[in-house]
Amino acid sequence: MTILIGILILIILGVIIVQVGKINELAAKLRGEKKARRDNNESNARLMLVFMVLFLVFCVGSAWYYKNMMLGYGPHESASLHGVELDYLFNVTLFFTGIVFVATQILLFWFAFRYREQEGRKALYMPHDNKLELIWTGIPAIVMSILVVYGLAAWNDTMADVDTKELVTGFVNAETIGKDSTYIEVEATGMQFLWVLRHPGRDGKLGERDYTLINSANPVGQVWTDPKNIDDFHMDELILPVGQKVRVRITSRDVLHNFDLPHFRVKMDAVPGFPTYFVFTPTLTTEQYRENLSRYPEWNVPADPEDPTGPKRWETFEYELACAELCGKSHYSMKKIVKIVSPEEYNEWLASMEHTSQYLREVRNKVGDPFLGRKLLIEKNIADYEKAKEEAEKTAPEPAPAPEGEPANPGDETDTEETEVEVESEEGSTETNESSDSQ
Amino acid sequence: MATSHEHDELLVQEDQFYHEYWGDGFHEHHHGDKYQSNFITHYLFSQDHKMIAKQFLITGMFWGIIGGLMSLVFRLQLGFPEENMAWLKPILGKWITVNDGIGSLDPDFYYALVTMHGTILVFFVLTAGLSGTFSNLLIPLQLGARDMASPLLNMLSYWFFFLAGAIMFASLFLNTGPFAGGWTAYPPLSAVPEAMSGSKAGMTLWAVSLVFFVVSVLLGGINYITTVLNLRTKGMSLWRMPLTIWAFFVTAILGLLSFPVLVSAILLVVFDRSLGTSFFLNEIYIGGQAMEQVGGSPILYQHLFWFLGHPEVYIIILPAMGLVSEVLSVNSRKPIFGYQAMVLSILAIAFLSFIVWAHHMFMAGVNPFISNIFVIFTLIIAVPSAVKVFNWIATLYGGNIRFTSAMLFAIGFVSMFISGGLTGIFLGNSAIDIPMHDTYFVVAHFHIVMGVAAFFGMFAGIYHWFPKMYGRFMNDTLGKVHFWGTFVGAYMVFWPMHYMGMAGVPRRYYDFTTFDFSSYFVDTNKFITIAAIITFGFQLIFVVNFFYSIFFGKKMTDKNPWKSTTLDWTTPIKGIHGNWPHAIPEVHRWAYDYGKDGKDFIPQTEPMTEEEKAEAHH
Repeated sequence: MTILIGILILIILGVIIVQVGKINELAAKLRGEKKARRDNNESNARLMLVFMVLFLVFCVGSAWYYKNMMLGYGPHESASLHGVELDYLFNVTLFFTGIVFVATQILLFWFAFRYREQEGRKALYMPHDNKLELIWTGIPAIVMSILVVYGLAAWNDTMADVDTKELVTGFVNAETIGKDSTYIEVEATGMQFLWVLRHPGRDGKLGERDYTLINSANPVGQVWTDPKNIDDFHMDELILPVGQKVRVRITSRDVLHNFDLPHFRVKMDAVPGFPTYFVFTPTLTTEQYRENLSRYPEWNVPADPEDPTGPKRWETFEYELACAELCGKSHYSMKKIVKIVSPEEYNEWLASMEHTSQYLREVRNKVGDPFLGRKLLIEKNIADYEKAKEEAEKTAPEPAPAPEGEPANPGDETDTEETEVEVESEEGSTETNESSDSQ
Repeated sequence: MATSHEHDELLVQEDQFYHEYWGDGFHEHHHGDKYQSNFITHYLFSQDHKMIAKQFLITGMFWGIIGGLMSLVFRLQLGFPEENMAWLKPILGKWITVNDGIGSLDPDFYYALVTMHGTILVFFVLTAGLSGTFSNLLIPLQLGARDMASPLLNMLSYWFFFLAGAIMFASLFLNTGPFAGGWTAYPPLSAVPEAMSGSKAGMTLWAVSLVFFVVSVLLGGINYITTVLNLRTKGMSLWRMPLTIWAFFVTAILGLLSFPVLVSAILLVVFDRSLGTSFFLNEIYIGGQAMEQVGGSPILYQHLFWFLGHPEVYIIILPAMGLVSEVLSVNSRKPIFGYQAMVLSILAIAFLSFIVWAHHMFMAGVNPFISNIFVIFTLIIAVPSAVKVFNWIATLYGGNIRFTSAMLFAIGFVSMFISGGLTGIFLGNSAIDIPMHDTYFVVAHFHIVMGVAAFFGMFAGIYHWFPKMYGRFMNDTLGKVHFWGTFVGAYMVFWPMHYMGMAGVPRRYYDFTTFDFSSYFVDTNKFITIAAIITFGFQLIFVVNFFYSIFFGKKMTDKNPWKSTTLDWTTPIKGIHGNWPHAIPEVHRWAYDYGKDGKDFIPQTEPMTEEEKAEAHH
């Protein structure tokens, strides 16, 4: 029935359209074809001008309306070091293309109007003009060269992998952060339909993985015989210290995904079997970003419109991790919260997370534990942490001294952990170099 | 002047010749015309290029309506995610799920629609429907050929296209749905049937359909190239060809060189799917199992795909550029500005289009160093593109412009090409591509520059050459309403998407409310959806106008209604097999003598005067 009605409506619509067209043609005949054609030409020429004005107003007006989205202005600022550079480049390009856009659109519609058909006027015979053509080949070529040079400089800066001289670290050193040549490495594995985030733990090194070992207790296929895996834990939220260079190892266990951090201008495909990398440095903590947002009226409205007394939008702001490569049915919902915290908070959090190590939770002291019966450094660390916490609670309001005695000097740290387990932990240090080559 | 007089006489006597045509030169070896003899060979399995052009056009329009309607359905979901869409049930059946109580689209179906919309519009409408229609119609007519070099291959080209379309259409009715992994069909999503409902039988049919489609493109392309090279009439040197022919010629070469690579990519995906090979698969754990295939690279597929995919966008836009150049020149009553530069820029764009493909893959995990090279070549393309835009604008300068419906669309094309082309400068620069990649900024960019612009070129072509196809005019009033509605509407639809892209909203999202950063655009999405529905409504005016005018449009009384110089307007009003009842006209000059020496226009068939010859020598 609905289909019938639909068809009927379509037919009626068609008849109306045809009649409108016919009436206009008839009217034109009555007025005299020549005059009708001339009037028609005039009105379309005028419409060209009207369109031009409205269109340019619409362009500027919409940019004003969406000013919050414009890169690098107002609230939509970059929260990473390289992002500032990219935003600047975007705006430089916007400047040049904006000039060309306005100029060419105006010329196009103005000429259309200005040179509308007029009786007795002869069109200009102008097949070409080499000088003009040289100018408008040359200028775009120069502008493009400028953009290429700027663009490639920014690109190669942004995409540069960590240096082989740079050292991977677990805890960060709050004093020298951003100045020393250290970085932390975390891993993001895309799967249908969530991100598995793996933190390398205290040693700063991600353990090996093998996709054939994947099961529900081991979602990324960690190889348990690799001691580097002992302290690796999975995160529900991506937590990173502000100012510290981060290298994200991005991979997938099924189809393509894309590791997308819009606020940090970070984006990279996750390819099964081929780890990719993105190195960036967060510059604003979640708190700082919120504070910046609080300056804008549109962020000062209640986050939940139904609850006007509740928290404001800026108070509930969180950085987000999304997927930007179509990966199947629930592609649009691969969300994780990202938190940027101060180095102190980060170190504290890291110490408190050690007991959630995937190895301790799923493998330790069970059948198949490769280190069964051996003492592990991580267990001692956890015990120390618990003890320190208890003591801190006793002496009360003092802040928890969590990672005390663990100044994040990664250089000597790499060798000291897990000494009670194995001799071959040296192998770990080659791992990062290998992966930097493969990018 | 004697020859000119002779020429006129020839034209006058044409109708008399018409009856005696079947004894004329070209056909003297055939006795009788087999095309006219029955319905099937005339309308279905026709080998006449003009009929094949109409077949391509109407099939393209059919697919255009299907693809357009699909976009409206998924736009409804995006604009009004809370609305109950159960009213679409009679049409879409079980695809409307009500499991969340509001009757929204099933995400699988949403992605199927998005994928089919892309595949259909890119391949069936803007490749076959645009280049197929106008290459077929105009190459023989504007070059002075009786038909294509191989009418048989030409016919096969259409029927392979038809077959491809039929298979794709069948896939829409599969139980598991048509392919839904995006029109680029990246593996592993496309290569692993467990990955998605649409990757099961839907992907198989998608692959088969596209292979047949490529066969169609290649048969057509070989034919176009051969015809352009071998069947030009006397005097029609390459540098006297109209820009339309240059565009079709280069387009055909692009297709011939790039489409086979797509077939190789598709075949390898099919092998991965069914033969257990691992060209594109590596270390995959899916459906509770680790797959055995290792060692392949999904990125290899992307290289193969975009080696076609990038030239493909020029396969779409070059014919539109050709049509627009012609329409702008004729209706400004001026020669196209910088003819030689226009040809050279077509060639430059075509050449460069083969060495920029990886700019689609800056964020795909390829070595960042490689991207440097692709950035440079990509931004170089902006130069010939800019030259074309400036030359079109200069063509209008000092003209005596007639605003026919075709001319309006041609001007609209230039505006769209500027708007969409400039955003390409952002995306082609890999550094800016980091935040912009796979966001709505990209959606806005390519829809404006190769979607809307190509459609505008196509509309310009249809309005302009409709009389040539059917001997009648399309209704001018409706044509202009169609133009203004579409022009304003298309900007309304796609302009706001730039801002969504700047905010980082990823494309191919079924729902924007999962993320805080993309949930800002609720009103924008409503606006875009409403604008899209209205704009689509204006296309219905075109469809009605088109079919009504075929039968009842104003009859053509003048053989050359637009006062055009090219050969297509020297054929009789009622198209005949073999195109010219008399001998094929000879060409004496280039295609753009408008407003020269005080004359409104000088047809290509008019011999050069002594002064002109002397001038040409210098």
